[in-house]
Amino acid sequence: MEPFRTVTSIAMPLDRTNVDTDQIIPKQFLKRIERTGYGDFLFFDWRQTPAGEPIKDFVLNDPRYKDAKILIAGKNFGCGSSREHAAWALSDFGFRCVIAPSFADIFFSNAGKNGIVLVRLAEEQVDKLLQNAQNIPGYQLTVSLQDQTVTDNQGFKASFEIDSFRKFCLLEGLDDIGLTLRHAAELDKYEARHDEAAWLQAK
Amino acid sequence: MIRQDHDNIAESWQLRAEGFPEGQMSTTPKTLFEKVWEQHVVVEPKGEPTLLYIDLQLVHEVTSPQAFEGLRLAGRKVRRPDRTIATVDHNVPTTIEGRLNIVDQIAARQISTLRQNCADFGIELYDVNSREQGIVHVIGPELGITKPGMTIVCGDSHTSTHGAFGALAFGIGTSEVEHVLATQTLPQSKPKTFRIAVEGKLPQGVTAKDIILAIIGKIGTDGATGCVIEYAGSAIRSLSMEGRMTVCNMSIEAGARAGMIAPDETTFTYLKGRRFSPKGDAWERAVAEWSKLPSDPGAKFDRELVIDAAALVPYVSWGTSPGMVAPVTAAVPDPAAAANDLDRKSFERALEYMDLKAGTHFEDIPIDRVFIGSCTNGRLEDLRAAARIAAGRKVSGHVHAMVVPGSQQVKAAAEKEGLDKIFKEAGFDWREPGCSMCLGMNPDILSPGERCASTSNRNFEGRQGRGGRTHLVSPEMAAAAAIAGHFVDIRNWEVREEVTA
Repeated sequence: MEPFRTVTSIAMPLDRTNVDTDQIIPKQFLKRIERTGYGDFLFFDWRQTPAGEPIKDFVLNDPRYKDAKILIAGKNFGCGSSREHAAWALSDFGFRCVIAPSFADIFFSNAGKNGIVLVRLAEEQVDKLLQNAQNIPGYQLTVSLQDQTVTDNQGFKASFEIDSFRKFCLLEGLDDIGLTLRHAAELDKYEARHDEAAWLQAK
Repeated sequence: MIRQDHDNIAESWQLRAEGFPEGQMSTTPKTLFEKVWEQHVVVEPKGEPTLLYIDLQLVHEVTSPQAFEGLRLAGRKVRRPDRTIATVDHNVPTTIEGRLNIVDQIAARQISTLRQNCADFGIELYDVNSREQGIVHVIGPELGITKPGMTIVCGDSHTSTHGAFGALAFGIGTSEVEHVLATQTLPQSKPKTFRIAVEGKLPQGVTAKDIILAIIGKIGTDGATGCVIEYAGSAIRSLSMEGRMTVCNMSIEAGARAGMIAPDETTFTYLKGRRFSPKGDAWERAVAEWSKLPSDPGAKFDRELVIDAAALVPYVSWGTSPGMVAPVTAAVPDPAAAANDLDRKSFERALEYMDLKAGTHFEDIPIDRVFIGSCTNGRLEDLRAAARIAAGRKVSGHVHAMVVPGSQQVKAAAEKEGLDKIFKEAGFDWREPGCSMCLGMNPDILSPGERCASTSNRNFEGRQGRGGRTHLVSPEMAAAAAIAGHFVDIRNWEVREEVTA
């Protein structure tokens, strides 16, 4: 996983609430067995007509936001299905950070496993950033994970909360299995006792 | 998120180890969730999430291939194949010919990849030709693999279904699937607790599906984010296990990490004698342990909500988010009522997508398709309820209606009762088990513009097929809509022939 320190980039405004993972990556692309190559399918149904023509007024097709690494969206981003393909698609497309008032739990976890920083800001702050990104040409944001801040060059500055362990893993680009196996001895001991609980056996 | 830090990890470990069974060492009143959580704490490293033991992982074809690939790349094994089961459900066609020869080669490759992975890593697979194949959240309970007090995960958000048994069950992403395969644990921050009590008697025609639609409509699709919901109250206790599963299933649609219901006699009666339920003395011991799980009197929840069951009605969703629901007797609401600008835009966008105008009465909305099935409402009781409505009647001429049993066992039991005949005589299409048109990964999809009354769980844009329009309802409401050709208030339905089961 790529470590996340500070990202400065054009910010893309997606002024929709409850953006669900079915929209982020529609079902037909979940049949693949690969972990890469989902960027082309990000927001597929919003990006192009059934005939394959680009939908011009959808923000991903707007040349002003080309190469954006930061996405700004409405509340409850990533709700619905547990598909990690949503995080893979955002990451593969080039996003390193999503800013929204709230995120769904499973998506929150999936994003973290793929080096995407999710920034929760107050609804008023997100509204302000959405407006700025829509109205100010070339509008850029800087997200510093170390400092836990979002800033622009217009005087906007907000700080955000993040779990300290999650922050550590994102800063260092660490994934979990290796970290868990540091506790292998405790796990062996726990599991031996736990297996005695026959009423919790699967089969 | 709440983090429990212990100053002395060694001491807390010692306490747990000596106080076995875990979770019983304190006299502080505890919730059902807390009891299950505490019993599964492997270690609580300072400044890190709790490492939680997972009793059971359910695996299906869609969210697992990359996890197995990760294991291979790292040279890891599946730690506990005996705590892992797999089935195929999302992709499988629901016609016999379709299943034997899957035309979609990408889907076929995903299914054959699961077969290979299960063979390579020693995992039991309930394959297409198994008499126990079915939707993963239907077969776990019916095989008696799902048990009270367990921690259960699956790479599928509707894993919350299993919480109906008093298990802590939640959906995870593919990286976490790999983590559990490798370690049988997950690092987890402790969620908050949210008790929702539904008190009183449900009116005639109002179902478990209506309870959960009402809850989501009330608290919103992010209303329980970061929480585990415990459903309680007399209306919940009086539900069958099937009804409880319907309620817990859609916890995720309220944003919850999981939903749980305390195990009781209804739970034990359901589980007794199932294939993987404990037998003999082990059964008695299990019931004794499971009986300790319900929340203690005086246990504290982070949030509480009480709902009056008598005030509930049949609901229909009208928009593109499961919180967009209204009573069947109402009309499509006006976006002007939205709380703020962004909400209003989402509201207007939903009406545009659904091709609905504010003020239209639900009973005046014609439908094209009906889908009865899914992990929400694809169990035997759901099919019985729908058959009772359909018996002696005919599906409307302009409607195509299909019934997809949740599992092979559900299908066999329904056929034994003659439900398939009732459906077929009424003009319903009777299919093979799978997720089917709940998410349309197999050939069962809506065409653009088609409007569907569906017993599934999500009405997102394009969920059942690009351009398709989904209205979430109970099995009874779906069956009645199929017959009438539009939504109807099931409370006014005249049952022609009693279905005897």
